[in-house]
Amino acid sequence: MKFAVITFPGSNCDQDAYHAAKDVLGQQAEYIWHKDTDLKGADVVILPGGFAHGDYLRCGAMARFSPVMQSVQAFAAKGGPVLGICNGFQVLLEAGLLPGAMLRNRSLKFQCEHVDVRVEQTDTPFTGACRVGQVLRIPIAHGEGNYFAEPAVIARLEANRQVVFRYSTPDGRVTDASNVNGSAANIAGLCSERRNVVGLMPHPERACESILGSADGLVLFESVLQWVRSAESLALQPARSASV
Amino acid sequence: MRARVFVTLKPSVFDPQGRTIAEALHSLGYQNVDDVRQGKYFELDLATTEASQARALAAEVADKLLANPVIESYRIEVES
Repeated sequence: MKFAVITFPGSNCDQDAYHAAKDVLGQQAEYIWHKDTDLKGADVVILPGGFAHGDYLRCGAMARFSPVMQSVQAFAAKGGPVLGICNGFQVLLEAGLLPGAMLRNRSLKFQCEHVDVRVEQTDTPFTGACRVGQVLRIPIAHGEGNYFAEPAVIARLEANRQVVFRYSTPDGRVTDASNVNGSAANIAGLCSERRNVVGLMPHPERACESILGSADGLVLFESVLQWVRSAESLALQPARSASV
Repeated sequence: MRARVFVTLKPSVFDPQGRTIAEALHSLGYQNVDDVRQGKYFELDLATTEASQARALAAEVADKLLANPVIESYRIEVES
C-alpha cells in the first residue's frame, strides 16, 4: 500500500507523516510536491501539518490554489481516503472538502501539548480499527484550531455522524474544561458526508511510537491500511466470481 | 481605480482578539470603548475607471478569496 504525503511550501510535518507510514507502518510512501499533479498511484493521501504558503491571508487559504489540490479533489471525489492533519485539516476546510472554518484558539495562544480525544465514529477509513468511545492521547500544536460552523451546519454534522473526534477528559467525558481550544461541540476532527475525507487538528503521526510519549496515533494508520486492503479484496470479488 | 475591502468576523462569530483588545483598552481607562472587532484591510488597484465595475470586481475577489464566508463578512469602499 502506498501513501502520498503532499508537501506545500511551509509544510513541516510531512516528514513525520512519511516516517509514520514508511518506517512505523512499513508501507510505501512518497512525497508529492504541491506543484505536481500526479499522485503516483497512491492509495491514501495525507495533507500534513505546518504552515502551507506561510498561512498567508488565512490558514490553508492559499494552499487550495496549489496544482496538486485538483488531483486531491479528484481522488477524494472517487472515494479515495484523504487525511488532513492540523494545517492539512485547515486546507481541507478552505478547499471546501470539509465544512466549517477555524478561529483563533479561545486562549489566544499557540498550544503545544498532549490532549485526549474521543473517537466518535469508526466507519471511516481512518478509524476502522478503533472502538467507539476510545480515548486517544495525541499532541496538538496550533494557534487556530477553534472549529466554527453555524449551528445549522453543526446540527447537520451531528445528524450525519460526521464528527469523528472530540476533545475529552482522559476517561472520555466531553466537557468544556477538556475543550482545549474552544471548538464548537468540542470538535477535534470531522469526516466528509461520504466519510472518505477526514480532517483533525491533533497530530496522530507524532504519536506512533512510545518513545515519542504515546503510540495512540498509530491506530489511524493501521485503520487505513486495513481499509485499503479490504477495499482491494472487495474489488477482486467480481473478477473472481466472473471467472467461476 | 482603488477599492478598499474591509474584512471582519461576522457578528455571530466570537472574536477573541477583539475582546482582548477591548479589555486592554478598558484597563487603560477607556471605559467608553464598548467593543472592538478586529479585521483585515485590503487595497486593490484595479484596471478600471468605472466605479460600479470596480465595486463588482472587488466583491468578486472578496467572495472568492479575501473573505471566508463561513466566518467573515466584508465591506467595500471605492475611491472616486
